[in-house]
Amino acid sequence: MAKRIESLKILENKRLNNEYFTLELSGNDTIPEMKPGQFAQVKVEGSPETFLRRPISIHDIDPQKNSFKLLIQIAGKGTETLSKLRMGDYLNIIYPLGNSFSLPKNGQKPLLAGGGCGIAPLLFMARYLNNHGFEPVILLGFRNKERIIEYEEYLDLGEVFLTTEDGSRGERGFLTDHPALKSLHYDMVYCCGPDPMMKAVASLCSERGITCEVSLENLMGCGIGACLCCVVDTVRGNLCTCTDGPVFNIKELKW
Amino acid sequence: MVKLGFSIGDLQFKNPVLTASGTFGYGSEFDDFMDVSLLGGIIVKGTTLEPREGNLYPRMAETPSGILNAVGLQNKGIDYFEKQIYPRISTYNTNVIVNINGSYIDDYVALAERINRLEKIPAIELNISCPNVKMGGMAFGTSLNSAREVTRAVRNVYSKKLIVKLSPNVTNIVEFALAVEEEGADSVSLINTLLGMSVDVRNMKPALSTITGGLSGPAIKPVAVRMVWQVAKAVRIPVIGIGGILNTDDALEFLLAGASAIQVGTASFIDPQASIKLLEGIEKFLTARGFSDIKEIVGYINK
Ligand SMILES: Cc1cc2nc3c(=O)[nH]c(=O)nc-3n(C[C@H](O)[C@H](O)[C@H](O)COP(=O)(O)OP(=O)(O)OC[C@H]3O[C@@H](n4cnc5c(N)ncnc54)[C@H](O)[C@@H]3O)c2cc1C
Ligand SMILES: Cc1cc2nc3c(=O)[nH]c(=O)nc-3n(C[C@H](O)[C@H](O)[C@H](O)COP(=O)(O)O)c2cc1C
Ligand code: FES
Repeated sequence: MAKRIESLKILENKRLNNEYFTLELSGNDTIPEMKPGQFAQVKVEGSPETFLRRPISIHDIDPQKNSFKLLIQIAGKGTETLSKLRMGDYLNIIYPLGNSFSLPKNGQKPLLAGGGCGIAPLLFMARYLNNHGFEPVILLGFRNKERIIEYEEYLDLGEVFLTTEDGSRGERGFLTDHPALKSLHYDMVYCCGPDPMMKAVASLCSERGITCEVSLENLMGCGIGACLCCVVDTVRGNLCTCTDGPVFNIKELKW
Repeated sequence: MVKLGFSIGDLQFKNPVLTASGTFGYGSEFDDFMDVSLLGGIIVKGTTLEPREGNLYPRMAETPSGILNAVGLQNKGIDYFEKQIYPRISTYNTNVIVNINGSYIDDYVALAERINRLEKIPAIELNISCPNVKMGGMAFGTSLNSAREVTRAVRNVYSKKLIVKLSPNVTNIVEFALAVEEEGADSVSLINTLLGMSVDVRNMKPALSTITGGLSGPAIKPVAVRMVWQVAKAVRIPVIGIGGILNTDDALEFLLAGASAIQVGTASFIDPQASIKLLEGIEKFLTARGFSDIKEIVGYINK
């Protein structure tokens, strides 16, 4: 799929809570075919400190509306600036970039595990699985009930389980403590979130011989394979998170 | 029609816009965004004799108006280049130049000999200014004797155009330019990255795995323009200006200060079309100001 550089119009900037917002984008041209796990390199205008583009996952697509969404956590200056964009503003992005999650084999049961902003690529993945006849188990982890986002969006897409670190809603503890992980049957795990969480999920999967794909969030310079800044150490040597990833099978990673 | 071409000896470039080594991959990364053959030339990734894995992650840190990198010359080595990359990139209708690197003089010599045989590579850029490797690299470019020796050794075995890429991490860059010119360099390109460092305050540790790295981007542009101006006045060979060029005006600054051509580096990360856009911009500027040949503005500020 050819990569594009485009200025897209913001249809909506929706604030989810004090930390998260979604941007819905559309352009004059038909949006390209995109797959879950892929990302965009987003330009942040007007600040010398946010000089590089910011990598953000494709969160959801709506082919009927010719639009797609990004889910963004305010992590620093760049994402803060993006949070102030308004309906009708334009956002310059390079997309679609990177590889994507693979589909399970026929009859396999997928499980999606996302923590915090790591849920960004998973909504799209859940829909994609549904469209291909799979009903995933969805396990979401947040710090507390105030930080839960988009829970309702997942309810139609699979069986959803929730954890909060303080127990204010759902199961108390980390996502990896959820009893569903032990009691339920699943054959393929898709995971995105903070590194410690992904590593915990990965080790659980390797112990049980379950295939697991994680989506990495390495720092990026270019996003298109030109700078070699985003590398991850794998059994095949240093690979670029932006072109060989961001999705990796945990068997490849030297975790 | 404005004349945009420049030459290094008898090697013609259709225009003065090249892309900087390590920031443009092997060109094909940019095929979706532009017709690479429209450029005056591309300088491919730093290449070594043996494959190199480069430095540990994190290798990049963003700083105000720039980035620090410590990639450390990750590449698959000359064999891979010759077999896998060369057949593909030699179809570009532009000058494809290889940036060569080594830990010892013998490495540079062996590489130059290999590349001399590649018909479609009309020039090499001798990188004696990489700040991110333990051995060689910048060590060659910050000692006058070493800079001379490595240039001389490569000159002896390499019959095509030899561009030497200078390090800004020296007290007097003019001395280095004159030294390599005397040893037979056909052109000098400058600047490579400035040695820098950044500390991640939140985690209370260095931002890069290597602690120090090379600074590039607009932050280094005034330093680069100054050095290009100094060097261009002193040498007779063409000077290629590099450092923080994002747009047309940046490129023009270098040309007006004395550069015969420029290389676009970090800018390609933010706008993959930056090089092609500023090429159009240069042409527009020349037309608007009534110049018929780009040579008329090279070093204009000294006239
Ligand atoms: C492939 C990929 C997909 C991503 N998808 C999303 C997404 O869908 N939604 C979202 O909110 N974020 C996503 N991220 C992370 C996002 O890119 C960073 O949070 C963002 O670049 C921070 O920019 P900033 O200017 O706001 O923060 P900065 O001021 O640059 O940094 C603030 C803090 O965030 C950390 N940080 C910076 N860049 C990254 C990064 N790439 N990964 C992790 N931490 C980082 C810094 O170390 C620092 O501690 C993704 C990252 C990658 C590589
Ligand atoms: C990620 C990265 C990798 C680089 N790799 C090389 C290299 O392999 N060889 C080289 O001579 N210069 C290398 N450079 C230096 C650039 O070619 C250029 O000299 C420098 O970045 C300054 O130009 P800029 O400010 O336009 O980027 C690299 C720079 C960056 C940012
Ligand atoms: S971010 Fe530049 S190579 Fe991956």
